[in-house]
This record gives sequence, C-alpha cells and structure tokens, in this order.
Amino acid sequence: MDQLNTYLIIGAILFSLGLFGIITRRNAIAVLMGVELILNAANINFIAFSRFGGMNLSGHVFSLFVIIMAAAEAAVALAIIINLYNNLGSVNVDDASSLKQ
Amino acid sequence: MITYGFLILLTPLLAFVIQIFIGNRLPRKGDWVSISAVVFTFCLSIAMLGMMLFLRDSSYKIDKSWEWFNLGHMQIHLGILIDNITIVMLVVVALVSSLVHIYSVGYMKGDPRYSRYFAYLSLFTFSMNGIVLSNNLFSIYMFWELVGLSSYLLIGHWFEKDSASDAAKKAFLVNRIGDMGMFIGIMLMFTATGSFLFSDVFAGVENGMISGTILTVAGVCLFFGAVGKSAQFPLHVWLPDAMEGPTPVSALIHAATMVAAGVYLTIRLFPLFTPDALTIIAYVGGFTAIFAAIIAVTQNDIKKVLAYSTVSQLGYMILAVGSGAYIAGFFHLVTHAAFKAGLFLCSGSVIHAMQHAYHKLKDHETDPQDMRNMGGLKDKMKITYWTMVICTVAISGVPLTSGFLSKDAILAGTLSFALRNPVHFLLPLFGFGAALLTAFYMFRLIFMTFHGEPARQEVHNHVHESPLVMTAPLMTLATLSLFLFYTLPYFNPFSDQGWFTRLVVAVESSVPGSLSAHEIAEGVHHAHTSAIILSLIVAGTGIFLAFAMYLKKRISAERMAVRLAIPYKLSFNKFFMDEIYSKYLVSPSLTLAKKIGYFDWDLYDKYFINGFGKVTEWISRIVGIKWDYDILDQRIVDGVGHSTQFFGRKLRLIQSGKLQSYLIWVLCGIIVMFVIQTM
Repeated sequence: MDQLNTYLIIGAILFSLGLFGIITRRNAIAVLMGVELILNAANINFIAFSRFGGMNLSGHVFSLFVIIMAAAEAAVALAIIINLYNNLGSVNVDDASSLKQ
Repeated sequence: MITYGFLILLTPLLAFVIQIFIGNRLPRKGDWVSISAVVFTFCLSIAMLGMMLFLRDSSYKIDKSWEWFNLGHMQIHLGILIDNITIVMLVVVALVSSLVHIYSVGYMKGDPRYSRYFAYLSLFTFSMNGIVLSNNLFSIYMFWELVGLSSYLLIGHWFEKDSASDAAKKAFLVNRIGDMGMFIGIMLMFTATGSFLFSDVFAGVENGMISGTILTVAGVCLFFGAVGKSAQFPLHVWLPDAMEGPTPVSALIHAATMVAAGVYLTIRLFPLFTPDALTIIAYVGGFTAIFAAIIAVTQNDIKKVLAYSTVSQLGYMILAVGSGAYIAGFFHLVTHAAFKAGLFLCSGSVIHAMQHAYHKLKDHETDPQDMRNMGGLKDKMKITYWTMVICTVAISGVPLTSGFLSKDAILAGTLSFALRNPVHFLLPLFGFGAALLTAFYMFRLIFMTFHGEPARQEVHNHVHESPLVMTAPLMTLATLSLFLFYTLPYFNPFSDQGWFTRLVVAVESSVPGSLSAHEIAEGVHHAHTSAIILSLIVAGTGIFLAFAMYLKKRISAERMAVRLAIPYKLSFNKFFMDEIYSKYLVSPSLTLAKKIGYFDWDLYDKYFINGFGKVTEWISRIVGIKWDYDILDQRIVDGVGHSTQFFGRKLRLIQSGKLQSYLIWVLCGIIVMFVIQTM
C-alpha cells in the first residue's frame, strides 16, 4: 500500500503545482498549462487506483478519456487565447475584464 | 278566537309602522291607515264579544303560550289570554280608540305633525291591546312600558311648549316610580313560583308556594305599578299635568284606557291579593277618590277639573277592587271609559271653539281652557252641550245612566265591606263623600261653561259648533252613557243585572282563607238598596248645591271661599302636592345630583381621570423619545440597515471579477473544510 501513497503524493504535488500555476500566472497560456498539470494529476490518481485500489480497467479507460478531453480542451482554450490576443493585443488574463462593471 | 287576538294586537302595530315611515307621503297624511286599523280591531272585538255572549259561558278561556327563550331551568313564555275580562276590555279600548281617532281628524286638522300624531295613537292602541291580551306578568310589563312611552310621546306632542315637554317628562318619571314597584312585585312572584304566567302564579299562591307577609308585600308592590299608571295618591301628580297633550289624547289615554290599565291589572291579579293587601288597596283608592274630588271642586281649568275627576273615579275603581267587589270596579271602568271620554271630547270641542274665537279676534293671551272665560255657550254649541250634560249626569250617578249603575255597585261593595269589618267605616264615607263632590264639581263645570252670561260678548259671537267629524263621536259616547247598553236584555234602570254581570263573573281568590266570591256577592246584594238610597241623596245634594251656587247664585261662591279659607286654599293649590314634591323630593335630588356632579367632574374627572392622562402622556413622551426613538429606532432598526451597508461595502472588495482570486478563496474554503473534517 506504500506504493499507492507514493503515487498519490506525486499526484497531489502535481495538482498543487497546477493550482499554483493557475492562481499565480497572469499569462493565459501558463494558466492553461496549470490546468493540464491538474488533469495529469487526476490521471495519475486514476491509474494508481486502477492498479492498487481495485478500479481495474475503468481507471485506464477514464484516464484515456481525460487525455482525449485534455487535447480537445487545449484546442478550444488555445483558440480562445488567440482570439483574446487578436482583440486585446495581449494574453494577460487580467486584461480580459470587459464584462466587469 | 286566537287569530282574532293576534289580528287585534298586530293591526295597529302595522298601522304604526306604515304611519311613522311613510305617513307623510300618503294622501291625507295617512290618517285613514290608523283609523281603518283601529276600526278593524273594533269590529273584531265586537265579533269576539258576540261569540262570547252566544257561548253563554262566562268561564270560557283561551290561554295559549309559546316559549320565548330558555335560560337553563328558567323558561320565559309569551302568550295570549282571552277570557271575559279581556274581551270586554278590548271592546272598550277599541271603541274609545276608534272614536278618538275619528274625532282627531277634526281636532288636529292642520297640525304640523299630523301623521306622527296618528302613528303614536296607533302605537298606543297596539300596546294597550298588548296589556289586555297578555297572559303573563313579563309581557304585561313590556306593554306597560310601551303605553307609558306612547303616553309620553303624545303628552309631549306639542313639545315646543315648555309646559308640554315638562308634563311629558313628569308623567314618564312618576310612572317609572310605580313601575319600579311593579317590577319588584313581578320578581317576588317569579322567585316564589318560578313562572310569569298568570295561571302558574295563581296556582303557586293556591299551593302556598308564596304566602303570608311576603305575598302581601308582593301584592302591594304589583299594585304600586297600578298606583303609578292609574294616578293614585301619592303618584297622582302626573295626570293633571298630562292635560298639556292634545285633548283627544287626554280622552283616550288619560281618561278611558291607559289610566284604567292600572285598574285592569289589579282586577286581573285580584286572586293573588291577600286580605291585608286588599285593605291597603281599598284605602289608597278611597283616599284618592275623595282627595282628588276635593281638588276638582276649586279648579278653573276645564281640563284640570276633568283630570282630577278622572283621578277620583279611578280611585273609586281601586276602592271597589280593594273592598272585594272587583266586578263593580270593572263595570265602573267600562262605563267610565264611555262617559269620561265623552266629557273630555266635549271639553275638547269647547276648547277648540274658544281657541277659534280667540284666534279670530287675534287674542293669543287668554287661556281658552279657563272656565271663567266661558259661559253662555249653551245656545252656540247645542250638540256639545247636550252630550256633555248626558255624560255629566252619568258621572254624577243619576238614575237611567250607566254611571248610576256602576257607581252604585261600587258603593254597595264598600258599604258591605264596612258592614263586615266596622273598623273600616272610613271607606264608604270616602266613597259617598266623593260621590257628593263629583256631582257638585261636574255640574259646576256645566254651569260655568254653558250657562250664565258670556264672559266676553265678542268672543261669544265667534264661537261655533264643531264639525260633524267631532260631534259624531260625542253623540256616540253620550248614547253609550245610558243604562240600556249595559243591562240588555233587561230594562230595569235600578239594577245592573244584564249581559255584563252575566258575562263577567267573579273568580275565586287564590289566597287561602279569603272570602269567597259568593260571600262578597251576597254582602253586596244586601247593601244594594241602602247604597242606592244614599247615593241618590248625595248626588242630589251635590247637584243642588252646584245649582244654587253657580246657576241661581243664591250662595256666593266667593263668600264661601272666604269663609272656608283654609280648605279652599288647600284645594285650590292641590294640597300643595307639587310644591311638597318639588321641595322635598325634586330639589334635594337636584342638589344631591349637583354635589355628586361636583365630585364627579371637579374632583374625579379633573384630578383622577385627567391625572391619568397626564401621567400617561409623560410616560409615553419618555418612552417615545428615550426608548423608542433613541434606542429602538436609532440603534436596532437603523442598526440593521447600517450593518448591512457596512458589510456590503467590505464584501464588495472580494468581488473583484478575477477568477484567480476566487480560486484562492475556493482553496481556502477547501482547506478550512479539511481542517474541520480532520478535527
């Protein structure tokens, strides 16, 4: 069971790094990379539970889905970021504040 | 018969309702509504009398009652009692009422409150019929108050005159004293027997549920109601003042019917009076008879003479009831209703004519009711004169008239009472003395009004006979003063045997140990002849004296007044009864009221009630400013708003619109949740 804990700790570290990136970075692309990190932390957890926690193949299938979804998400997010850049001339998330009063 | 009873009771009420609400808008101001209602009741009561006579059963009786309301073990019943006394009384009331209604058409012509006058007459007829038809003390008391009310309204008909509204108030208040006694009596009977119904009350007396002194007291209390309503001494003071009302009202209410209600009540309740109570009743009646007759001798107002004469005659009836001959009293009630109503209507006709003459001469100062201003009206007002003479002869007790029969029966009753109990020798003396005085003052009235020289020739020239609508009732009533109508089918003017005595038979007293009706009748029969002779002598003496003093002037009335100065003054000033009452009863109570008023207004209201107000005001000011405004409003109510505003202003800063800072808060939240969970 020690091995499960190591995986979970690695996942948690990865998740915290992703969260840290999302919170602290002003660059939209860096925020997107943080999101990817969090998704991969989730993937590690899925795999770890699939191996040690009795989730069997479901964990694998789920992490495959997550990878596919992450790819799609990256595509959509990058498209939004490009549009953002076209409109504002920067990819700083703080500048995208036109809905704010 | 019970339907007839209801119709008789309710038709005048209907007429009253119509008259009071829409009378003014009807053609002829609606007098025909009241008149037809009362004539209808008259026809019904005549029909009932006819049925009763054909039944030839004097004990025939309908006594029907309905539960009105139920208070646990106490049930209040209302009901109708129709027996011989009821029917005769109904005929009397309806007859006099009809004639007075018709007469009023002429007398009240052009009065500003013509329709209201007729409405009140109908109300009176309704309430009077109610008294007569009641079979229990409770509803009789209600109708008793209603006749008092209608009497009040009618006395005060010309309320613009202060004297009229004062007289109305006086009548109401004095009656209230009597009614108080009656109420106590009713309650005593109710407490003892548990019922208001006459039949139950009489049965209770018979079974000894109430007896002895308490029964005497209850009887005297009940009689006290009659003292007030029938104007007996000492509550007689209201009746002469009540003459301020229109004369037809005096004839109907204050001569023939309402004042007779007291006598009717004593007759109705005769079975429950103990011998002691009856003695008290006899003395009250006898004393009133002579007392009022003495006052009537010296009065100069034509209506006042008749008023005191009414008081005196009512005293007679009460005397008859008290001495046990209550059938004689009832007989006198019936005959008296006819001739006294006749006398009042005649005096009304005279007053009407005098008023007219003064009006023509533009003289508004002279009193049209003062007999000293009349005289010599005989030739001008033939019908009024002759009808009034017939009625006067009847009230004086001259043979061939109804008054002779009934008065003679009463005198025979008192005489036999005194023969049985020689201690009470005063009662027949009262009776015969009053008979003497009655003949005297009534003929004095006739001589002063119709004979002699006119007081002012120019007034005399303007006097005219009244219209037929007024003289027709006079002629009817004068005709009814003849003996014939009361003795049919017999024609003996010296005996009261006839349909009346056959129909109205004395009932036995419920009080154990009283004289039986048979014994009383026997005694009356024995005293009959001597009573006739004595009453003829006193009536003749009275008429002769009046003849000598006022027609032939052989005896100077003025010199007599000087010679008998003290009795004359007493009589002229009505024994100072009004002054005594006002000095010893009215003004002390006014002073007391003023004292209490001072206490109430100047002390209690000013200091206590107003003080309360001041204290409340002061407290509320403090509470209002210090507590309510400063603390509650400023701190709590406003505080809620202020704090919301404050937190809003602070929390606004969190809503930065930056997702990343929200995420930090989410993270913080999750960390807090983890911390809480691990604890």
